[in-house]
Amino acid sequence: MNKIIEKEYFSEAVVKLVLEAPAIARNRRAGHFVIVRTGDKGERIPLTIAGANLERGTITLVIQKVGVTSTKLCDLEVGDLVTDVVGPLGKPTHIEKVGTVLASGGGVGVAPLLPIVEALKEAGNRVITVLAARKRELIILEEQMREHSDEVIIMTDDGSYGKKGLVTQGMEEVILREKVDLAVTVGPAVMMKFCSLLTGKYGISTVASLNTLMVDGTGMCGACRVTVGGKTKFVCVDGPEFDAHQVDFDEMMLRLNSYKLSETEAYENFLNSNPKP
Amino acid sequence: MDGVSEYLKQERDQEWRLALRGNMKNKERTQLERVSMREQAADKRNKNFTEVNLGLLKEQAMLEAQRCLDCVNPTCITGCPVGINIPKFIKKIEAGEFLESAKVLKETNTLPAVCGRVCPQEVQCEEACFYTQKLKKPPVAIGFLERFSADYEQNSGEMSVPDIHDKNGIKVASIGSGPAGLAFAADMVKLGYDVTVFEALHEIGGVLKYGIPEFRLPNRIVDLEIDVLKKMGVKFEKNFIVGATASVEDLKAEGFKAFMVGSGAGLPNFMNIPGENYIGIYSSNEYLTRVNLMNAADPAYDTPVISGNKVAVIGGGNTAMDAVRTSKRLGAERSIIIYRRSIQEMPARVEEIKHAQEEDIEFMNLHNPLEYFADENGRVCKMKVQKMKLGEPDSSGRRRPIPIEGSEFIIEVDTVVVSVGVSPNPLIPQSMKELEVSSWGTIKVDPESMHSSVEGVFAGGDIVRGGATVILAMGDGRKAAEAMNRYLTQ
Ligand SMILES: Cc1cc2nc3c(=O)[nH]c(=O)nc-3n(C[C@H](O)[C@H](O)[C@H](O)COP(=O)(O)OP(=O)(O)OC[C@H]3O[C@@H](n4cnc5c(N)ncnc54)[C@H](O)[C@@H]3O)c2cc1C
Ligand code: SF4
Ligand code: FES
Repeated sequence: MNKIIEKEYFSEAVVKLVLEAPAIARNRRAGHFVIVRTGDKGERIPLTIAGANLERGTITLVIQKVGVTSTKLCDLEVGDLVTDVVGPLGKPTHIEKVGTVLASGGGVGVAPLLPIVEALKEAGNRVITVLAARKRELIILEEQMREHSDEVIIMTDDGSYGKKGLVTQGMEEVILREKVDLAVTVGPAVMMKFCSLLTGKYGISTVASLNTLMVDGTGMCGACRVTVGGKTKFVCVDGPEFDAHQVDFDEMMLRLNSYKLSETEAYENFLNSNPKP
Repeated sequence: MDGVSEYLKQERDQEWRLALRGNMKNKERTQLERVSMREQAADKRNKNFTEVNLGLLKEQAMLEAQRCLDCVNPTCITGCPVGINIPKFIKKIEAGEFLESAKVLKETNTLPAVCGRVCPQEVQCEEACFYTQKLKKPPVAIGFLERFSADYEQNSGEMSVPDIHDKNGIKVASIGSGPAGLAFAADMVKLGYDVTVFEALHEIGGVLKYGIPEFRLPNRIVDLEIDVLKKMGVKFEKNFIVGATASVEDLKAEGFKAFMVGSGAGLPNFMNIPGENYIGIYSSNEYLTRVNLMNAADPAYDTPVISGNKVAVIGGGNTAMDAVRTSKRLGAERSIIIYRRSIQEMPARVEEIKHAQEEDIEFMNLHNPLEYFADENGRVCKMKVQKMKLGEPDSSGRRRPIPIEGSEFIIEVDTVVVSVGVSPNPLIPQSMKELEVSSWGTIKVDPESMHSSVEGVFAGGDIVRGGATVILAMGDGRKAAEAMNRYLTQ
């Protein structure tokens, strides 16, 4: 049981939670995630650790309401207990000074991108970050990103903030302008796919952090499997970061939809049985 | 005469045993027929998750206990990996002292209610029984009787808590809460150690909880046994992955003096054939975890599972039987076992195969999958299988399956469960670089002491054996406890 000690709404659908988890805070590094379960009948879901505070013994999670489980978690308040939190899981990001890094984040993918950007900057890289969302209200963590990046470019689909256009347009602008040594991308699978196609075109090595479905998060079940370079890999133990150009994103997107029907149905039932006051 | 046989003889010579032996002639005893287990009817049980075996009635158990000859040389014990004093516990049943009988079991077995249900007695104690060996008759139903006594105790509400030595305050840890870790913890706490069991999942019990289904081993039974361990003073830390949440070094700094790694054979194997990552294709671990640990079949729980009308389970072990019988219970019209050898070579327990057959499970023996096909949404809809024939025996002594060219055909499926074995969980070896592992990834230990290549770190169960049984894991845990005690007191 882990107590929530801080809660903040980044937008209507995106919530930041700070939880007590001293052991995880001590051992986590950029790229690590946790598995969280809410309630005795809850499901286990992976969430990337967006930050940690050693003195307070806390970790920060950023959650987007997309289904039953994420909504249950987002509905918890300060002082409430999260039933189960386990981690830190996965391999940490490989941090090295390479020169110029082009980081791209979409949706809640921006949250896990933050510690990676932080670490890459600290290692002495020049970091240019492209943040993308549908509209202005969905751009999160902009200030923190600015703090740790040399430059931040904002892209919105509807042009309500920053530049109008897709994340890849923002990235291409940078690539055409200067030499990029490494790209890092975190976000929805489809976004990472197109980022990867773009950087592939320019021969820029690229790391993607994959957010597959998971159950145990310790390599026991294979729910998280993806094809990388023609081989099956388990995201929870072999990843979550992989060479983006080797990842079969189409397969990953299909697998992410495994339970789409039953999930949508469950979510509607949940909303109907828990009417908002 | 060695210590053990000396002890067994002394026990056998006790008056109550002599008296029982005098009650009935051996000839009468051997005339009795072996009991049969009461079971739920097959066409009913394949639609529910309650236990298939219903246990013996008191009268049945006492009658079966009479069959046991209380042999001078009880060969049955040599077949038991933890050396239960079998005639003694059986004779306590014959005497009607059921709680005493359960105590005998607990002298050497921490989880008798579990073992009475899932141990392969037919290749262990019952195989070594005088009836099997010399009389060529069905053996004494040792497994059923073990379950009877253990259940009697659980239901009596008077679970005995074994005696504990004076506490010595020395902290030791078990990494993993499967049978190896639990058996280890029980022995160490009895010796007075301060024992903590670390478990990665949110439930205690390892495969007993996430793998073996309710209809064979109800979680309630496992929990009752774990409660006894808690009463004995064992501490449990769930959601704690040693090597991630904290390292062995961190735990040493917190005062832990020695470790027993019982982290199991977690990693599921796939066949690496085309289409294996389509939606609806699971490892047996995932399928069973969703249903057993996460309760996916109950709509009140959030975890989903896809379990369709035409389910194929690939493999021939206990896990495959558990998965295929689960699929039937989730409503499948066709549940098929696809196994590349014949039914004789199947590693599953005889009882599981028999139960599966009764439950309307189809067996496609001598068939092997080659490829899966999916619909436009990436959901598996068909598979290609090939017929096999048996050739010469291979290194395992079983006849090698050989593909029959041109025999391929297609079957329609909407769910597939791949149950072709597991590999050792790599978390601990990865986090302890100095730990020696075999080329399979199992931890190397001294077979006598279960001591690994790292000072003060012992290991046992599936992480050492690479996929074995509950009772062998428990035996390892006990051996490790004994050796660790010696190591710490030297
Ligand atoms: C479906 C199924 C059916 C089976 N049926 C039978 C049967 O009928 N009879 C029989 O005898 N055997 C059966 N077996 C085999 C038997 O269950 C195993 O041999 C036995 O459970 C092994 O015990 P263990 O203690 O080594 O490991 P496990 O039971 O695998 O337990 C290991 C535990 O350690 C935890 N862990 C791993 N790494 C860490 C870490 N770093 N930190 C903390 N915790 C960790 C895991 O989460 C797990 O809970 C079956 C197995 C399966 C999968
Ligand atoms: S070998 Fe069989 S008959 Fe003899 S003591 Fe053991 S269980 Fe009884
Ligand atoms: S989540 Fe189960 S193996 Fe990765």
